Amino acid sequence: MNPSTAGSLAEPDYLNHETTVRSWLLTRDHKRIGVMFLVLVLFALLLGGVFAMLLRIELLTPGPTIMGPMTYNRVFTLHGVTMVWLFMIPAIPSAFGNFVLPLMLGAKEVAFPRLNLASVYIYAAGAALTLFGMVWSGADTGWTFYTPYSTTSPTAVTPILLGVFIIGFSTIITGLNFITTTHTLRAPGMHWSRIPLFVWAIYGTSVIQVVATPVLAMVLVLVALERVAGVGIFDPSRGGDPVLFQHMFWFYSHPAVYIMVLPAMGVITEVVCAFSRKNIFGYRMIAASTFGIAFVGFFSWGHHMFVSGQSTFGSGIFGVLSMLVAIFTAIKIFNWVATMYGGAIDLKVPLLYVLGFIFLLTFGGMTGVAVATTSLDVHWHDTYFIVAHFHYIMVGSVLMAFLAALHYWWPKMFGRLFPERWAFVAACTIIFGFIVTFLPQFLLGNMGMPRRYYQYPSEMQWLNVLSTAGASLLAFGFGLIGIYLLWSLRYGKESPANPWGSRGYEWFSASPPGPHNFREPPRFEREVHDYTVSEAPHVY
Amino acid sequence: MNEFFRQVLFLPEQASTFARDVDHLHYVILSTAMFMATLIFGVAGLFLIRYRRRSESQATRRVQTSLFWEVLFVGSPLSVFLAWFFIGYHDFVWMQTPPPEAMDVYVVAKQWMWKFTYPEGPNSIGVLRVPVGRPVRLLLTSRDVIHSFYVPAFRVKQDALPGAYTQTWFEVTRPGRYRVMCAEYCGLKHSEMWAEVVALSPEDYAAWLREQSGGPVALRDATPGAPEREEPLVPARLAMEYSAEAPHGELMTAERGTLAERGERVAAEKGCLRCHTVDGTQHIGPTWWGLYRREERLEGGGTVVADEAYLTESMMKPQEKQVEGYAPVMPSYQGQLEAAEVAALIEYIRTLRGARRDGIGTGGPVYEPIDGR
Repeated sequence: MNPSTAGSLAEPDYLNHETTVRSWLLTRDHKRIGVMFLVLVLFALLLGGVFAMLLRIELLTPGPTIMGPMTYNRVFTLHGVTMVWLFMIPAIPSAFGNFVLPLMLGAKEVAFPRLNLASVYIYAAGAALTLFGMVWSGADTGWTFYTPYSTTSPTAVTPILLGVFIIGFSTIITGLNFITTTHTLRAPGMHWSRIPLFVWAIYGTSVIQVVATPVLAMVLVLVALERVAGVGIFDPSRGGDPVLFQHMFWFYSHPAVYIMVLPAMGVITEVVCAFSRKNIFGYRMIAASTFGIAFVGFFSWGHHMFVSGQSTFGSGIFGVLSMLVAIFTAIKIFNWVATMYGGAIDLKVPLLYVLGFIFLLTFGGMTGVAVATTSLDVHWHDTYFIVAHFHYIMVGSVLMAFLAALHYWWPKMFGRLFPERWAFVAACTIIFGFIVTFLPQFLLGNMGMPRRYYQYPSEMQWLNVLSTAGASLLAFGFGLIGIYLLWSLRYGKESPANPWGSRGYEWFSASPPGPHNFREPPRFEREVHDYTVSEAPHVY
Repeated sequence: MNEFFRQVLFLPEQASTFARDVDHLHYVILSTAMFMATLIFGVAGLFLIRYRRRSESQATRRVQTSLFWEVLFVGSPLSVFLAWFFIGYHDFVWMQTPPPEAMDVYVVAKQWMWKFTYPEGPNSIGVLRVPVGRPVRLLLTSRDVIHSFYVPAFRVKQDALPGAYTQTWFEVTRPGRYRVMCAEYCGLKHSEMWAEVVALSPEDYAAWLREQSGGPVALRDATPGAPEREEPLVPARLAMEYSAEAPHGELMTAERGTLAERGERVAAEKGCLRCHTVDGTQHIGPTWWGLYRREERLEGGGTVVADEAYLTESMMKPQEKQVEGYAPVMPSYQGQLEAAEVAALIEYIRTLRGARRDGIGTGGPVYEPIDGR
């Protein structure tokens, strides 16, 4: 945790100006909070990844392989819950957003530093309660908690519901903090048209978080009440409506996809500019499409329910609105590629992840258009096609962007360089492994393998074996990254202040930044990522 | 061409009338998706080589967008997506609208089996027999949690909800045996909740139906037809064994007669006929005579068509949509009626129109197709 003690005694950075455990646990420094979040979400990723591997090993053979059906049902639930709520939703905003957003705005701190610290502990408490539920009995409902199964399941669903409920507060606080910070703490000279696009992405995300998370909170509380007190809101045998749950759940959980993907898009925008050494193509369009996605995302939840008995007309409306999300995404993809046009491109590891991101997002997005097409979705709904689709678009983009951000900002955060060659090998393994894991699942879905299947018809076996092989590659790639990043913390080469020659505003501070971010108030006189002159930016 | 794409994309055989059309759109969209992903990726790769960095201090010129490119980049995918959507929605409306001449089968899902009940009488577990070339409408409900009726070869899927009826339909194009799976996660044995659709030629189907109605009562339930005895599908067998080991209250194996006749008995047992009449006389509740698909005026304005959905709702939540002119005195039958009993009641109510009810026992059910158009 304290890599750069040796060379920088003269000038303390945020890592070594205080080193007691207490100074970390009670810190109000957004950078330390970002690092704490990073450690927590990486732990969640590890946990979710182990569950994923268990699932893939179980699916190697058509019948039982290493566990019984009840264990399998619990493991896929825990995989989903961990990955969605403990990793993907907080990963980029809470870890990297906390670290770089104030730096990008030229601020010393976020608007509410104490609330920011609270959000770490709320997240940790929620995660602990969820893990407790897992260890105690383990829910077997799937991460979607569909009623009336979730209200009647004999397993311990309630602690997990409450855990997720608590994590929601962390999300809301973080969102509020970022919105306020963006509005009030921008350095002089940074008007709205100069705000870095990562900040725009986080800002848009925060709006969704603040608006949608309370709906999730409500529905989780209602399910918990139904389990504990037997109120008849969702259970038809008590006069409730099971489909009502789906409406409320997806009203949050569909926009939640954009809570995950929008920050990822923000990262990609920063990285593509830095390594293409180009101004972003269509700044306004990218910022606007962020809000387009955030807005339309609220009106497309019904596309999860085409076969639930909802009205045919309703399905049509939700289908069209879902198409609009794809349009806004297409704008971004075109702009990223167009940004590379006329650039000076250096294919370093973060940019490699960007290429992986663009491929997965394009393919995942196009299959999203396919499943928004009502007639096709009838066949695909709840099959492995959907599993493959949302892993491509949601998991693929979050993972790629998370790894891109991790490598791009690693020198910024810890002042050390990672071994480029190892990172390159790991990135290739991960991208290839990801495609090999999930491409066969599209075909499995076409064949008609429903999701959450413990056993499957034997003709589907070889595609499952292929998928498990890909998952093993993925696990290997992650192991590699873990090893060389930990290695670099201690033995990595010390990084210069701006190792990538980036013009992103966060690089105007030292790497790692001092406890108060800047030695003197920064002046952002150019637009962000302006590479028309070759001089490197001044470090404030 | 169709066959080539179908095999490349690992799609199952096309055994229903809409499978082919759905697949054609599938081919177009997936090939475009792959083409576009390759194209975008190719352009990115091209830029990667063409604009590789030559020196560490290289500067680049600003590139700004022009309105023309923006409109082109937004407009072209938008129009393509909308075109796909409208073709798909056209098919979807077709798939959601059962034709009036369709025959009905009631489907009751339960952890973890499918039960099929025919208005003519027989019911079976794990095997749904249908004639080829005739539309079949399924009226689905569930006894416990949400299940989803999925036949990959028909490209058909519909959730079965507890406490409500949903419908779907299909028309099988060639005789054969098709796998039915549950697609909505429903607990421990979700992945074993299989059944099969056995599509028979119209003659075989008629013969099977005759065999069912003629034979001894004990044989009426789930008796395999002649073609099935030869090569049984394992999962369907499993489902049948499951039910045989653990019979439950809903199995009406020993019940006599058609579904409508059962409905009549249910109505008598549950006390429905204390308030509802079946001959058109007004009583405490609306009469059942001619009720099915009648437009009812509601208390507090509005109208409702008394279809399967409304009738079910009225049993479960009678106060929700109160028919004008009647006091809100009916109790909820939530938890009092089993799904199969609801089906029987609805079938009974449907027979109460156009013919005298004393015709039921002797001349078979007076059976009205879907909406009586």
